[in-house]
Amino acid sequence: MAEPASLKVSVWRGGEQGDFARYEVPARANQTVLDVVTHIQRELDPSLAYRFACRVGMCGSCAMTVNGRARWTCRTHVRKVVGADGELELRPLANLPVIRDLAADLTPFFDKWQRAQGRFQPKDATDGAVPEEFAVVPPASKARREADAGIECIGCAVCYASCDVVTWNPDYLGPAALNRAWTLVNDVRDAGHGERLDAVAGDAGCHSCHSTQSCTERCPKNLDPSSAIAGLKRRLFWDTLLGRR
Amino acid sequence: MSTRGQTHLWMVQRVTAMILALAVLVHLVTIIGAVRGGLSAAEILGRTHGNGAWFAFYVVFALSAGLHGAIGLRNIAAETIGLRGRGADLAWLAIGLVTAGFGIRAAYGLFA
Repeated sequence: MAEPASLKVSVWRGGEQGDFARYEVPARANQTVLDVVTHIQRELDPSLAYRFACRVGMCGSCAMTVNGRARWTCRTHVRKVVGADGELELRPLANLPVIRDLAADLTPFFDKWQRAQGRFQPKDATDGAVPEEFAVVPPASKARREADAGIECIGCAVCYASCDVVTWNPDYLGPAALNRAWTLVNDVRDAGHGERLDAVAGDAGCHSCHSTQSCTERCPKNLDPSSAIAGLKRRLFWDTLLGRR
Repeated sequence: MSTRGQTHLWMVQRVTAMILALAVLVHLVTIIGAVRGGLSAAEILGRTHGNGAWFAFYVVFALSAGLHGAIGLRNIAAETIGLRGRGADLAWLAIGLVTAGFGIRAAYGLFA
């Protein structure tokens, strides 16, 4: 792709109500979208609010809407998203309240992890004590492989911002929280399955998922929340049918 | 409605979908067979009259179609116009059963 000499960047300024500001940023080799935002804030307009921490795709802080699509900006090369016209449009993540400019408020996102019982509840030491023995979990077992498939989530909320069901139903738990619940349902050391399955069932939970798979398509870590949600539906179907819950 | 009730609705939706996949096929083959085979009204009545298996099939078919449609519309209404709550749920249940009732009534007309 032909690389433009400079980028014409439209950046959302303001809260829920606001407008785009235009900046011209020099194009450089191997430039990431986060580099562009940092350039604007350091060189052009220090009042720009945005969020980042690790810059290497570990922390999940820097996700934004880049040319209409949620992405982790620190690992998104400009040349991958910008055409020959050099146009770049940056907005805060969708489906979340806007704090200011490019910083979205992730509180509802993380509250839903709690609502989905997304925390480990040790079976052997419910009082928080250290168990006497290590739990033996064969890595090749089916349950462990299901859990392993989903545990690398960095909590960036790209899936949540990409999910139509969240847009339609603000109560919907969303792909990340449900993916987290599925990893724990498959953790043989966990004691909270019953409560967790109750928490993720129904209209605000896994049963509203349309399996359109934007979450899986856009997850920067290549996780598959859509399959995790299908797993929860399957598990709840058989558990309910056979009277196990 | 409790999340357990919502889970049951989803299960009914899935199971009726499986039934409908088969039942719609049987229904279409029956209609096309009757029309293209040139059966007269009297001949059709002769086959359906007192045929318990045929009537049972159409009762299951009508119930599945009524419930499947109503549960699907409930989801669409909740997601597109935000129509949710107990009143709406009861209305959808009624719509599903009434739809099924029309189908069963029609089948009964050919059976009795």
